[in-house]
Amino acid sequence: MSAGVGVDLENLWIRFGDFVAVRDAKVHINGGDFFSFLGPSGCGKTTILRAVSGFLEPSEGQVLIGGKDMKGIGPNKRPTALIFQNLALFPLMKVWENITFSMEIKGASARERRKRADELLDMIALPDQGDKLPSELSGGQRQRVAIARALCAEPDVLLLDEPLSALDLKLRQHMRTELREIQKRVGITFIYITHDQGEALTMSDNIAVMRAGVIDQIGDGKTIYNDPSTAFAASFVGENNVFRGTVKQVQGDTALIATNRSGDLLARVSSANKGKMKPGDDAMMFIRPEAFALAPVGSEGDHFVTATVTNEEFEGNAFNIFMEGDGGKEMKVSLPNLGQSFDSHKGQPMTLQYDVQNAVALPAGDLATE
Amino acid sequence: MKNLSLMRLSIWAYLAIFFAYLLGPLVIMSVTAFNSPEFPRATPWECLTFEWFSALFQDERILNGIKNSVMVGFGTVILSVAMGLAGALMLTQIWPKLRATYYTIIIAPILVPGVVIGISTLVFWDRINRMLGLGADSFLSNGLFLTVIGQSTFIASYCMLVLVARLQRYDAALTEAALDLGATHAQAFRKVLLPFMKPAIASAAVLAFLASFENYNTTTFTFGEYPTLTIELAQKVRYGITPAISALAFIIVLLTVFAALFNEANIRRKELVLEARKGATVEELSSGRLKLPGFLSSNWAAVALVIVACATVVVVGTATVYSPQQCIADVQEQKRLETEMRIQELQRQRELRREQQEAEQGSTAPAQSQPADNNSGFGGVFAPSTLSGEDESGTAEPAEEDSGFGGAFAPSTLSGDGD
Repeated sequence: MSAGVGVDLENLWIRFGDFVAVRDAKVHINGGDFFSFLGPSGCGKTTILRAVSGFLEPSEGQVLIGGKDMKGIGPNKRPTALIFQNLALFPLMKVWENITFSMEIKGASARERRKRADELLDMIALPDQGDKLPSELSGGQRQRVAIARALCAEPDVLLLDEPLSALDLKLRQHMRTELREIQKRVGITFIYITHDQGEALTMSDNIAVMRAGVIDQIGDGKTIYNDPSTAFAASFVGENNVFRGTVKQVQGDTALIATNRSGDLLARVSSANKGKMKPGDDAMMFIRPEAFALAPVGSEGDHFVTATVTNEEFEGNAFNIFMEGDGGKEMKVSLPNLGQSFDSHKGQPMTLQYDVQNAVALPAGDLATE
Repeated sequence: MKNLSLMRLSIWAYLAIFFAYLLGPLVIMSVTAFNSPEFPRATPWECLTFEWFSALFQDERILNGIKNSVMVGFGTVILSVAMGLAGALMLTQIWPKLRATYYTIIIAPILVPGVVIGISTLVFWDRINRMLGLGADSFLSNGLFLTVIGQSTFIASYCMLVLVARLQRYDAALTEAALDLGATHAQAFRKVLLPFMKPAIASAAVLAFLASFENYNTTTFTFGEYPTLTIELAQKVRYGITPAISALAFIIVLLTVFAALFNEANIRRKELVLEARKGATVEELSSGRLKLPGFLSSNWAAVALVIVACATVVVVGTATVYSPQQCIADVQEQKRLETEMRIQELQRQRELRREQQEAEQGSTAPAQSQPADNNSGFGGVFAPSTLSGEDESGTAEPAEEDSGFGGAFAPSTLSGDGD
């Protein structure tokens, strides 16, 4: 998969007046990768995309595409194609004219363009729709036309700015698989911007988690989910339960955290923070809702948590139990529905246990607010 | 229920009054174009005539004025639409804090009186002309050039307002998308922005043309050797007004109606086509066999257009063969008879009064000898003798002297050429 053209951001800073939109970003994107920038809105991910596509000059640092510095090269001269958040299909052109706009610019004949448009329409599974206007297509169809239009320009890097955010849930899930398939077929580098961690996890080879202009962590989906390197990444990607406290003791990979509410608990130190956590430091511990299991009531120890159940709900594939948690936020526990009977514990204390490998200890930091 | 119907009735009454106010003058003016009296009036109806149209088309100055107006109009359209578009683009791109100030500056020419613009244009370009050491016959002091420049200073602002409204609905991402796909800025402008702006550019052009066509205030200072239609009309009216001007007004009204109906018909057709396309299947679309609605189907504007066109053809056809000579002669004959009757009436009254005066003689000073008739509010305009143009008798003469309109409507003025 390394046939494509790679993209490197080297010490990239982007400022708007006093506001720093992107702070010292260092990213290496392999050629042919499906790479996602994941972060809440306003974190600077779209700014990075605009810098890569050439609509914005970085204040400092470099954007390299295929090892070449892109400084001073306009968007129309870069080997990138951008799919806009609102798609930006030309409303007055028919679908086939939209798709082959990049060829029209180069002066291709109408017959050539028509032929190429038909090929691309076949690829995006919209044969015979070329004579319609974009306004006559459905949301998902428009989406695919936008992709075809970008691919028609034969870019080395395809940039996608939250292209699925306007679609409804069903269509979004369908388009995820479709996008991934198209990417595998054409084999070029995709850079994908999203605030939806589900999209990022399902589609990407690698993900960069961003917060307020800073890239917190870069890694593949599993690493990001299982081994987050900051409290923000842990709380933003997927659901997570936080336990605040201080480090009491560090032994190799595991740390004993004196939590504010649940006593001393053991957790694995995340690999990015190995050797950086010392006794006495403020710390946070994260355990996923699905990492808990029921334990006999009253069990005590460094991998047991006891709390009062505040609410319960049945989701079909799981029972969700909400318990009094840390910092005003409820602690969520998901027990898979395996056909077992489940007695209500509402208002009663409940004891849970977890595997120390599934609990992550991190230095205290900002949490994602959602 | 009763209240509701009353409400409804008053709304209709209001509408009727509103439209009468709006269109009444135009209707009456149009009617006067077909009436035979030499002063434009709708009543009393005398004879249907088309001679005012032929009089209009034989008037060299009016025709020359129309030609100049059209030339100025086209020049103004090109200049103001271009400047308006540039101004509108600038407004959307400018630094937000400056936007309000910029807007005020660019709108200012609309608020400045046309007279001021006219004078300043004249003075400004005269200065430039002198600075460059050119003579009085140079391009910069040419009436056509000055009029176009002068009118464009404020018409461009109108155009900008129209264009800005459309431009605000333009998604800047479209230009970015075009750039991203490899287009240069010029290509993005030509292939994406300009087609989007086309409807607004068309409206701005029409607006600019009409504003230029009807302009008088500014033009009156700048026209030089190229008097436009409005200038010519104003100069003509100074020497009296004839139904030929009504005829011109009628033609303009008719053209406007045609243009409006044509535009409406087009819009409706587009809507119908769009609807048909929406209902069409893919095969129908790609094979081109889609049956699109015809021009006239379910399109009242198109039907009205055709009816008006037919009516026009009929009227023009009638005009070429119709001759009102007999009618005019009849009317004159009738007037002569009426006049004679009135003269006899007057003489009888005078006789009567004289008898009375003789009866009262000696007791009072001689009373006024003027006949009561002469106090008519219309002066002598409607006196039959004025119209017939012949001196029937000396008795009617005092009335003529007292005409409230001075000599403006005297037949001799009307028959004379307007120069």
